[in-house]
Amino acid sequence: MIKKKLVLSFPEKIVTKPITYKLVKEYNLEFNILRAEITPNMEGKMLIELKGNKNQIDEAIKYLTHTGVTVQEAAKDIIIDKNLCVDCGACTSICITQALTLDKKSYKLNFNKEKCILCELCLDCCPVSAIKVHI
Amino acid sequence: MVKTIEEINEKIKSGKVVVLNAEEIIDYASKKGVKKTAKEVDVVTTATFGPMCSSGAFLNFGHSDPPIRMNKVWLNDVPAYSGIAAVDAYIGAAELSETEGMKYGGAHVIEDLISGKPVKLRATSYGTDCYPRKEIETYITIDTINQAYLFNPRNAYQNYNAATNSSNRTIYTYMGKLLPHFGNANFSTSGQLSPLLNDPYYRTIGIGTRIFLAGSEGYVSWYGTQHNPGAERLANGTPQGPAGTLAVIGNLKEMSADYLRACTFRGYGVSIFMGIGIPIPVIDEEMVEFLRVKNEDIYTEIIDYSVQRRNKPSYGKVNYSQLRSGKIKINGKSVQTAPISSYSKALEIANVLKNKIKNGEFYLTNFVAPIPLEENFKNLDILSREEL
Repeated sequence: MIKKKLVLSFPEKIVTKPITYKLVKEYNLEFNILRAEITPNMEGKMLIELKGNKNQIDEAIKYLTHTGVTVQEAAKDIIIDKNLCVDCGACTSICITQALTLDKKSYKLNFNKEKCILCELCLDCCPVSAIKVHI
Repeated sequence: MVKTIEEINEKIKSGKVVVLNAEEIIDYASKKGVKKTAKEVDVVTTATFGPMCSSGAFLNFGHSDPPIRMNKVWLNDVPAYSGIAAVDAYIGAAELSETEGMKYGGAHVIEDLISGKPVKLRATSYGTDCYPRKEIETYITIDTINQAYLFNPRNAYQNYNAATNSSNRTIYTYMGKLLPHFGNANFSTSGQLSPLLNDPYYRTIGIGTRIFLAGSEGYVSWYGTQHNPGAERLANGTPQGPAGTLAVIGNLKEMSADYLRACTFRGYGVSIFMGIGIPIPVIDEEMVEFLRVKNEDIYTEIIDYSVQRRNKPSYGKVNYSQLRSGKIKINGKSVQTAPISSYSKALEIANVLKNKIKNGEFYLTNFVAPIPLEENFKNLDILSREEL
């Protein structure tokens, strides 16, 4: 029995299909959806934890990839380089889950990792390139 | 009651000056009233820290042996303009590197110079009798060259649009990344802290005004390009869209990278975060009325940047209190908002300037000439010589 955290990206055409249901039914996996969002360009993003037999998890990943879902290991983090950040806030309107916000009192950038679904929309919007993915 | 700049400077000298930042004056004036505030407060500091593309620096490299009349110049592979005297050049902030594209540009060269980093200078020439050299490649730092001064043709915009995107694709603009279907809306300016929004009719800010420019003492050198004082205004004097602008000048050798930062807006290009602070003397009660302006009294228009035309559709007006709340409504839909200029940095600059004045390290100036209040904003039309 192993556990694996994955980021699944569903393109627009399969966003309405009951894909996660198959993970239980066909591959006998336990899953916990940690975060899920449909981004403004209609792409579905899901942070999911799978629990089960290693072979079955591997088979499930094959199935997901086959149906058009992009599967990424969630072994990474969004990192804000505080030495570079000027607290402009440009990333805050991009952040659909409001993990990135400007503090109401200090006007400085806050990053709440718990809310981050690793959608990576923020990566290319930072004018001083202070937002990076840490693998 | 009228206070002169000379009287205020006397108070700075004797250490009795009372200085507030443009945020503090709001509460102060509402508690004490306009009359008392005008009497008690001498100076209000305003500031902004935002991307201002229309910026750049004049540099004089000194003469090589044998000398060269530089015809084309590159600094770290970023072209600089050298159609001026032999070893003078102007490096524009928005110029892109010929080898790295949008990742590095004139703004980065300026920031590297300020930070004391070595910069590669390459120049070519056709060679003359007095300047025989045809090529040069060497390294410079800010200390090895003669003059280096920032001269920005358009900074400190008096208000600016809020930008959104109605189309079905993400667009990359100088107002940042705009998500499709009104996915977000971005705005700039520091609102209630912004210099020209606190002196909307340029009563105290004029040509020759001494300012805080990226850590140095700089000056307003002229009114800025695209200066448009005729923009529609509210009763409190603030324009409801882009209006007045300033051209500013200052010694690059005295600036700090804490208050000047190169940046890249993906898909658009290179720009520069400029930190500017302007002290406003509380000359009379009317000035207090202008200085007490707060975010909810300042409005701007929501403009659709997906329309690739000069005139873009507007989705109405919003105030800066709404914009700063993080959410506004566009066509009934809730839309996340974000600034692209740093309010926290602007506040820091307003406070640095406040302390400099309090400590007698910064004196106020009378302007030499006023900034025009009437100036027509012209468009560029495509015409034949006969149609002109």
